[in-house]
Amino acid sequence: MSNGRFGDYGGQFVPETLMAAVTALEKGRNVICPTQEFRDELSFYLKEYAGRETPLTFCRNVSDDMGCKVYLKREDLLHSGAHKLNNTLGQGLLARHMGKKRLIAETGAGQHGVATAIAGAVLNLPVEVYMGETDCKRQQLNVFRMELMGAKVIPVKGGTATLKDAVNEAMREWAASSGDSAYILGSVVGPHPYPEMVRDFQTVIGTEARRQILEREERLPDEVIACVGGGSNAIGMFHPFLQDDVRLVGVEAGGRGNAPGEHGASLESGRPGILHGALSYLLQDDDGQVIDTHSVAAGLDYPAVGPEHSMLKDAGRVHYESVPDADILKAFRYLSRREGIVPALESAHAVAYLIREQDRFERDDIVIINLSGRGDKDISREVVHEQI
Amino acid sequence: MNRFETVFERPAFIAFTVAGDPDPATSRVVAQTLIQSGADILELGIPFSDPVGDGPVIQRADERALCAGATTDSAFALVRDVRRESDVPVVLLVYCNTVFARGPERFYREAKEAGVDGILIVDMPIEEADMVLAYATETGIAPIFTVTPTTPPERVKKIAAHAGGFLYLVSLSGVTGKRETLSEAALPLIQSVREETDMPLALGFGIATETHARQAVAAGADGVIVGSAIVEIVERHVGDAKGMERELSDYISRMKAAVVGSVPADEDQNSV
Repeated sequence: MSNGRFGDYGGQFVPETLMAAVTALEKGRNVICPTQEFRDELSFYLKEYAGRETPLTFCRNVSDDMGCKVYLKREDLLHSGAHKLNNTLGQGLLARHMGKKRLIAETGAGQHGVATAIAGAVLNLPVEVYMGETDCKRQQLNVFRMELMGAKVIPVKGGTATLKDAVNEAMREWAASSGDSAYILGSVVGPHPYPEMVRDFQTVIGTEARRQILEREERLPDEVIACVGGGSNAIGMFHPFLQDDVRLVGVEAGGRGNAPGEHGASLESGRPGILHGALSYLLQDDDGQVIDTHSVAAGLDYPAVGPEHSMLKDAGRVHYESVPDADILKAFRYLSRREGIVPALESAHAVAYLIREQDRFERDDIVIINLSGRGDKDISREVVHEQI
Repeated sequence: MNRFETVFERPAFIAFTVAGDPDPATSRVVAQTLIQSGADILELGIPFSDPVGDGPVIQRADERALCAGATTDSAFALVRDVRRESDVPVVLLVYCNTVFARGPERFYREAKEAGVDGILIVDMPIEEADMVLAYATETGIAPIFTVTPTTPPERVKKIAAHAGGFLYLVSLSGVTGKRETLSEAALPLIQSVREETDMPLALGFGIATETHARQAVAAGADGVIVGSAIVEIVERHVGDAKGMERELSDYISRMKAAVVGSVPADEDQNSV
């Protein structure tokens, strides 16, 4: 996989202006990340600062309701409230080792922007976050959180003014400043080495979960479920289970329906195409123009998906399904009431899938859901009280 | 016969516009005006929803064109229109997914049928170019590649070995767009790339004024590429076709004169 291919997918489809930057990053990562010094340093931050390991919580009430044993991997309890910090601490440390003076990042819902702001604050690196103007308004609290931690938030006006446009703008800025700036990409998308590198930083989720379930149940789970936007929490959870006899399910944003522009289900409804440096499943029209997406969960509002997911889909190793917005809000309220755990709307996709599929499971079946983030950011009158 | 071979016998002026900007009819007028006012090569961008290599001016042009219904087919139709009236070489500037969506084989065939001479795929570095190089060879369409100030010398060699037509020298790190002064990296770039290859070298990104053009040619550029400055004129005159034609024609004539005029007189005569 020297050029970052996952089967046919992935690659480095970037302008020549970015080739020196991706090549330097690839080299830096290959040389620095495997060293004991780097690994020790990252472990320190993950444990002492971010609060790893996160619990694998057995949910008695949900298990009773669903008729199987349900465990939640509690990335919502990680500092910052989501799995994104695993990656930003890793990339931030790498940037510091590479002598970079500044971090730049894109963000959709703001979770990755917040996680980058945190990494920048603790690692003493200034941060600039590109965020679609629409998202800045939708997620104002996260804008304040980033600014509170010293990050500069730059609203992006172009295109649909959402996540994909924020990525476009961050890539443009990186092309202009890669000498002294590191681009902290938030998911397993983008040109090589990002899909591999971000996966490696997120694999801590699945490695812990696999060990925890073996300790607890003395066997592997029957099924592991995670939501998929770009797909970083899912790939981090799935990767350690790929060689096992465990059913893996990625749940995409079904949005308001199957029509183009109404959802974010790239793997279910897209076809291979090239966006942001990688060949992967992509929501696009006949001419290859990227189609707008919709999801109640801003973090899944992205028209492409990580290239490794595309390979795993074609290979049939991971099942990709989608669940509509209406079911997501029900799942959001359900988990809050039954377990006192408020899931992020993104993570609620995995919960909603289990609710839909509950009849498939036997009493002794074990299911792990990756609860990739907490839902404080999503609490609003509409979400809490809306009757659907 | 390859239309590029004669074009670079003297410094060439290369003019860029987005196909379909601001609408199909006006876009035809823009292309004709660029050619009639002296463009030696016409560079046509096929608009893309996510142009990561472009600055705000060309992004807005892409959006205008797409809103006005531009498609890959309408870009090819524009090339055919140009071809009916002119022999000027036409280079398509596209993003990878535009080629991939149509299928490279079909894209190159249809481009050839329309009269395209070269294709530059913005986000396709040489390492990823295998999917198109065979079709470029088969159709005789020149595969045009970019070289930047951050491209190391051995990589320039590798790119030049696969490139056709001319090398597109990107004068700065970053995206397209007008700049006040020519990038400091531009002139050394021309000299260092010249050491690696005999291909014609055309300098682009951030070139907007006659002074920039003269400096580029004086430093050894075989061609000067202007994009955002032209697109900006189109943008300023949306809804005023006459004013647009006048300003474009005036601007292109001046730039062309600067490009051609910056060759020492004796050399200029030799090449005629």
